[in-house]
Amino acid sequence: MSAGIEENVLELQGVVMTFGGLMALSNLDFNVQRGTIKAIIGPNGAGKTTLFNIIAGSFPPTEGTVKFKGRQIQHLKAHKIADRGISRTFQTVELFGNMTVLENVMLGCHTRVRTSFMASGFVLPQSRHKEKRIRESALKILKFIGLADKFKDSADSLPLGEQKLLEIGRALGSEPELICLDEPAAGLNETETHVASSLIKAINAKGTTVLLVEHDMKVVMKISDEILVLNYGRKIAEGPPEEIRNSPRVIEAYLGGEA
Amino acid sequence: MLRIAKFPIAVFALFILVFPWMARQIPAIEHYPDIMVFAGIYCLITIGLSLLMGYAGQISIGHAAFFGIGAYISGILTTNYGMNPWVCMGIGMAVTAVVAALVGTPSLKLKGHYLAMATLAFGIIIFIIFNEEIEWTGGPDGMPGIPGLILFGFEFDSVERYYYLVWGFVLAVFVFTVNVIQSGTGRALRAIHASESAAGAMGVDVARFKILVFVYSAVLASLAGSFYAHYLNFINPATFDLFFSIKLLIMIALGGMHNIWGAIIGTGLITFLSNEWLYYFEEFEVIVYGAILLFVTVLLPEGLAGVPGIIKGWFRR
Repeated sequence: MSAGIEENVLELQGVVMTFGGLMALSNLDFNVQRGTIKAIIGPNGAGKTTLFNIIAGSFPPTEGTVKFKGRQIQHLKAHKIADRGISRTFQTVELFGNMTVLENVMLGCHTRVRTSFMASGFVLPQSRHKEKRIRESALKILKFIGLADKFKDSADSLPLGEQKLLEIGRALGSEPELICLDEPAAGLNETETHVASSLIKAINAKGTTVLLVEHDMKVVMKISDEILVLNYGRKIAEGPPEEIRNSPRVIEAYLGGEA
Repeated sequence: MLRIAKFPIAVFALFILVFPWMARQIPAIEHYPDIMVFAGIYCLITIGLSLLMGYAGQISIGHAAFFGIGAYISGILTTNYGMNPWVCMGIGMAVTAVVAALVGTPSLKLKGHYLAMATLAFGIIIFIIFNEEIEWTGGPDGMPGIPGLILFGFEFDSVERYYYLVWGFVLAVFVFTVNVIQSGTGRALRAIHASESAAGAMGVDVARFKILVFVYSAVLASLAGSFYAHYLNFINPATFDLFFSIKLLIMIALGGMHNIWGAIIGTGLITFLSNEWLYYFEEFEVIVYGAILLFVTVLLPEGLAGVPGIIKGWFRR
């Protein structure tokens, strides 16, 4: 791994987010190292999803900077950030229910398509060729996430566990350098959770940096290289899993009272 | 994969080709090609509307205005300035594109029914302009003397000739739109319909696609307006009122919004209903449309284009 700036794929400095009078994030600094799995944990309302929405460009932060590969991105719209190489999933499943499983992943490849309205209307060879390539790579992704045999099904018809996997598959379509997973194991049973966490490991093994929000501590402790703990929009701890497990401040935040 | 079968398109094209000949054989339907010209003109609008509403999920209640802008630009430029009708048609489409982009850009940024409200207001404003700018439009009395269409000395002066001209355009626009639906662009539009935030996160430029499809549908309405003006040789504001915008919605709702065929089926049926079959209802025609809309939304949410699917469902059980 190269040293210096390149090492941190994502850098947040002094990020503040206020909604009216409510301070959702206050003066947050943290980095994500290239090629690692970083988890963000914290009690409900700690600001985890807000943080994700800022990184992915759903809205800009009130203050502070977000740098991706050394360049500021906090002012960019969501689709521009996707172009740069950040992809995400949603806490509440946001699949395109009106489309098939395959089409969902193909839409995930959108940043690589770039067909114009006119080119697609006249079925120019270049647009047909691109479409074929996208279809092939979407099928490859479906094989990777284990949904290849369901490619024709409507995304709505899948059970929750598979919908969660499909969201991850769709997010992989753009071949992102950083993938942000918002509670990939929420609502899953033990087997499904196991499948999801091995999938995350496999994605990371291919070189994709993973940033993850998760409540399931078993998953977090097992797969993360580093953990960031938020409480009321502030960082209260950051470090490798074993350190976090024994941090009195973290235990206090989760269990309340004196540690 | 969303695939729209080619075979029915070929059958449909063949039907369009032989219909005037069929109509000539049966005295009772001899005049049907004339009604079909109107159906074709309306189809140009509803194909675009189907892409806008059914696929991209954006509601417009102002397309009568774009239809009117095309008709009046063709009418004014040909009668007052003696310009070539085909050039006027192009100017009409270009002006409409600019107007649609101006109206669409602020309103498409808003979510929910704001586009519907904005286009509704826009439609009413344009309708008032057609009525009040008497110097240009002739006001409520309308604008007579719009010339017919001639291409390289070939005059589209009979119903049959105009029929083939209009339906040739309808088929071309239909095939073009079907191609768009089946491409990455169509996928992006359907994604926007399902979840704007997810589409954005996957790299779809939501605002750009929404404006693009809105402009496309407006330009088609303008083209239809020009054809209308040159066919009737006369236009008046009443054609382009709010009720016509709503009638367009009834057409695609009856046919089925989520299916491009719905635009053709619904438009054909409603055009024949209003020009021919509902003749006896006179003023009560509106009630029939209301009943149709009610019936479709409650019992056939997929419209008539969804009926084959329902029947297939019965057999599978």
